[in-house]
Amino acid sequence: MRHGRSPKPSNGPGPDHAYDRGSPAARLAGIEFNDNTDAQLVDLLRAGDADAFAEIVRAWSPMMLRVARTYVSTEASAQEVVQDAWLALIRGLDRFEGRSSLRTWMLAILGNLGRSRGVREARTVPWSSLGPTEDGRPLVDPDRFRGPDYRWPRHWTPVGKPRPWPRSPEEETMAGEGRSLLEDGLAQLPERQRTVVTLRDVHGLSSDEVCSILGLSASNQRVLLHRARSRLRGHLEPYYATDASAAGDRGVGT
Amino acid sequence: MNDDRAAPGMTISCQEVVELVTDYLEGVLDSDTAEEVEAHLGLCDGCNIYVEQMRATIRALGSVSVSTLSQDAQADLVRAFRDLHRPTASR
Repeated sequence: MRHGRSPKPSNGPGPDHAYDRGSPAARLAGIEFNDNTDAQLVDLLRAGDADAFAEIVRAWSPMMLRVARTYVSTEASAQEVVQDAWLALIRGLDRFEGRSSLRTWMLAILGNLGRSRGVREARTVPWSSLGPTEDGRPLVDPDRFRGPDYRWPRHWTPVGKPRPWPRSPEEETMAGEGRSLLEDGLAQLPERQRTVVTLRDVHGLSSDEVCSILGLSASNQRVLLHRARSRLRGHLEPYYATDASAAGDRGVGT
Repeated sequence: MNDDRAAPGMTISCQEVVELVTDYLEGVLDSDTAEEVEAHLGLCDGCNIYVEQMRATIRALGSVSVSTLSQDAQADLVRAFRDLHRPTASR
């Protein structure tokens, strides 16, 4: 039996944070696969270990659903595509040769099913070109930087300089308090930015995976990711850069 | 030009760092630029805070709620998996 010998290196912070939602099973499925964990998982599945299967269904389905949503136009269609992809995976497991990771293989199955379904639904999203008009606003207010005549031009002004956040957005998001703030920020992003940042930072896909799913060049993927992350940081800033803990409704943006 | 504006970390402005931060975190900057960004972060409190807040935002995104398959749909899949591996399923 062969297993992947050289998993592709992935950029960025890696997927390990994304599935770290408490359960050991989710952690197992979300970690960067090396030859051993992937081979173990494939062995368990081939041996008919239904618990192992239930674990990866639980761990991967949210990510798969979000990926499927990029191919098809409704949540219901996406659910069907994901279920079909799981069925295709268990039926095709004997043909899996381990040349890629199981997750990469799954994403390929999902892509094939999703794209053919998307064609039938005539869903077309112009992913490959970056719309210049989609987001013309600067990511950080230019007034927060010094003008060109200052000794160190374009450095932070004393007032514009970011102030530390006394509270951690991560803790508050996990506790649910900051979650709606961040989800609100995500909802306000242009669609392509939202999709890229969701696949990368919410679901923990690598930049290579996101480029392949969306048909984006690496640099366009980074531009969308950068805009999205910068906007979200800016969205959190008015809330977290204040000492008053009851500042939740102190307007974000305008 | 032995101007301190040419010192390591000062040839780059805060406004540029803010634009490079994703390339920096993704590890795709060329080594000269990456060194310059790092030197800048060593000097500049504001940019340090900014980059840390970008990291904090990314970490927080790992905790937003996500939708998944219904419990019923997941149970159906596990049932299909069991059926496929049932030792007696030999027809």
